[in-house]
Amino acid sequence: MKRIYLALIALLVFGAAAQAEVEIKEVTSPGGITAWLVEEHSIPFTSLQIRFKGGASLDVAGKRGAVNLMVGLLEEGAADMDARQFAAAAEGLAASFGFSVRDDAMSISAQFLSENRDEAMALLRAALQEPRFDDDAIERVRAQVVSGIQGAAKDPDKISGRTFDQLAFADHPYASSRNGTLESVASITRDDLIAAKDAVMARDRLFVGAVGDITPEELGALLDDLLGGLPAVGADMPARADYQLSGGVTVVPFDTPQSVVTFGLEGIERDDDDFFAAYLMNTILGGSGRQSRLMEEVREKRGLTYGVYSYLVPMDYAAIYMGRVASANDRVAQAIDVIRNEWIKLAENGVTAAELEGAKTYLTGAYPLRFDGNGPIANIMVGMQMQGLPIDYIATRNDKVNAVTLEDIAQVAKRLVRPDDLHFVVVGQPEGLESSN
Amino acid sequence: MRISSLVILALTLLTRPLWAQEISNYTLSNGLDVVVIEDHRAPVVVQMVWYRAGAADEEPGVSGVAHFLEHLLFKATDDLKSGELSDTVAANGGSDNAFTSWDYTAYYQRVAADRLELMMTMEADRMRDLRLSVDDIATERDVILEERNQRTESNPDSLFGEQRRAAQFLNHPYGVPVIGWKHEVAELSLEDALAYYRRFYAPNNAILVVAGDVDPANVLALAKKHYGPLAPTADLPDRARTIEPPQLSERRMTYVDERIAQPYVIRSYLAPERNSDDQEQAAALTMLAELLGGNGQTSVLGRKLQFETQKAIYTSAYYDGMSLDKTTFGLVIVPSDGISLTEGEALLDNAIAEFIEEGVDAEQFARIKMQLRASLIYERDDVQALANLYGSALTSGLTIKDVQAWPRVLQNVTAEDVIAAASLLLDKKQAVTGWLSNPAAQAEVTQ
Repeated sequence: MKRIYLALIALLVFGAAAQAEVEIKEVTSPGGITAWLVEEHSIPFTSLQIRFKGGASLDVAGKRGAVNLMVGLLEEGAADMDARQFAAAAEGLAASFGFSVRDDAMSISAQFLSENRDEAMALLRAALQEPRFDDDAIERVRAQVVSGIQGAAKDPDKISGRTFDQLAFADHPYASSRNGTLESVASITRDDLIAAKDAVMARDRLFVGAVGDITPEELGALLDDLLGGLPAVGADMPARADYQLSGGVTVVPFDTPQSVVTFGLEGIERDDDDFFAAYLMNTILGGSGRQSRLMEEVREKRGLTYGVYSYLVPMDYAAIYMGRVASANDRVAQAIDVIRNEWIKLAENGVTAAELEGAKTYLTGAYPLRFDGNGPIANIMVGMQMQGLPIDYIATRNDKVNAVTLEDIAQVAKRLVRPDDLHFVVVGQPEGLESSN
Repeated sequence: MRISSLVILALTLLTRPLWAQEISNYTLSNGLDVVVIEDHRAPVVVQMVWYRAGAADEEPGVSGVAHFLEHLLFKATDDLKSGELSDTVAANGGSDNAFTSWDYTAYYQRVAADRLELMMTMEADRMRDLRLSVDDIATERDVILEERNQRTESNPDSLFGEQRRAAQFLNHPYGVPVIGWKHEVAELSLEDALAYYRRFYAPNNAILVVAGDVDPANVLALAKKHYGPLAPTADLPDRARTIEPPQLSERRMTYVDERIAQPYVIRSYLAPERNSDDQEQAAALTMLAELLGGNGQTSVLGRKLQFETQKAIYTSAYYDGMSLDKTTFGLVIVPSDGISLTEGEALLDNAIAEFIEEGVDAEQFARIKMQLRASLIYERDDVQALANLYGSALTSGLTIKDVQAWPRVLQNVTAEDVIAAASLLLDKKQAVTGWLSNPAAQAEVTQ
């Protein structure tokens, strides 16, 4: 019989507004893979979330897009199955697998029934450990990626985000699309894909969350089988990305009736002591919902847009503070003026006690509502691990929100809310706006 | 008052009895239908109110007014200030929103389960007591024009979709976009919005769906207390819309837009919808769409056009039978580089003809049925999706019984039923075929 080492740390979490109970156990498999588990036996299936830190930023020079193409090919043939046989097998088990990649992480999500768990996991294991990268599959997926790149070049939303990233991060992978360029994608070989897989999918950067009808012992054995055969060590992590953009406006001419705007400046790291103050401050300025200052001023009072948002983007190797708005070509200049003015007001006057209280009740009340399904809970747990948060974080999170004071916000506003540093990238035919410098 | 409590019939999954999902339903004396779906795993509740009124119930000339009114329902009532409802939801840690389609308009809040009564107070209030001002109208009309800019004017696929729909429905209001034609949206008035509101917003034209950590008896008591006093509308209009005439000639259209990177062919056929106690034909079409184009790797179109020949980079087939009146069945092909739209369309037609000739692959059919059985397990993890399912069904002419029978109706579809249903796809006189292209690709065709 296999020996199983389990470290069980049981937690009871009580939300402020609700009695959310999420009992997280830390499971260490016999082979040494750690996972967080919530047992939920009332529905006979399991959600599994697997992450590898690093992701598309581990593309090597000249081969931008290799990691993305590799991830797209994992379900296109594995072991003795070609792409269609693999898909048919998953379909027959009613299991679903998702493979995706972002700048900082590669994600695998799986949902499978209890009654055929072993077969489903054998299939996923083949995709993770024995992908075939057949030539015909490579060409088929490459053509899909190329089509996506061509589409993005004509999509004002994507153009504005991409232009901002290019201006902000110059030579770092963050500056370019993880899909790569037409040239780089054309140059990717089968060997590049194998190298990309070994660089990204290694056990030294692995995080796992599982929720559902599975015991710690079962999960431990499953993880060793599923992931134990991957390389122990992957590629070196990328360097930090220097933020290189100063305040101003960049207009990208594009024939469309509504201009799309991405704006931003350098932001704040997730592990910064002031992060929670920044998070509350941004909720008041431009967080989701109709209650933010930006929504009130730009949409509700003036009808200049359907939506305007600002958000903190703490990445692993840089942090930015960004926002988005779209407005008709003849009204976008006014929308930008109103936004800039809100930044100036926030920098000068901070927020009111009532606003801070409102943001606190909203955020603390909303938090327990996130834990409402196997998939969402597995996602939250894997995210917590990647951010280095402790296993009892859920119980303490609302206290951190409630601890933020008006002074904390005034202080972080001084650091973050620098209206002169805001850069606006406008894609469209905006009236009364020109590129600065 | 009618009280009944139904339990979804358990289907067998690989010989094992499946789990039953508890659904309760009632009708209040003022006509409000109430549906309760229990899920006690998290202390969360979703309250939704669905009106049996959507864009297809608008009068001619005021397209977009159903959606416009949906925005205006967040303004003042006799008891609430403009924006107060959403502010109150947020102050309680919840989120709220609304959406409009051709057959329904729905409003929802997602909040801690112990706040349900507060949500009901506010939702019941705006069913009858909206107080709109002229200022609300002007600003919110600008917002929906920007929404139209964002969703439609900036998106050539959407613009083309609008044109194709208009060609598909010559006489039925499904041919008019939900968000409205731009020139009509720009002229929508306070009176237009109020006329629609007075006509359709009433307890006897609405369905309350409450899903989550709740006790059905308690929900009923709260519903009686807050929605019960609302007066029903006596002369509620019949939902009989103008009927589509038979299509006698093929309809084809080409839309050329500089912003299109990837030309494609899309064809839609007028198709029957799910009807109460009569869902077999729709079930066959649902299985047909799944077999032809449900999964890019295993579907018939994917196999023939993306794998065996690599002539397409994407194919799809789609059908949604949840509709009050006739719906559409669609086919899509995005040809590979170097394959023209003419050739792509011919390949698509060949693939369909071959499918009808060859018949249904028994293994693929069995796999799809297995997935449908499993979806009854997976869907229990997402109670809000279940709430949406019941809300849209009950506003599309179906009953709770129909929703619960649907998985069994799907399982009973035979290969012969599918092939019989597929004959629809052979008759282009029943279809609108659209080419979406860009000037460069279009020039290649004409040279």
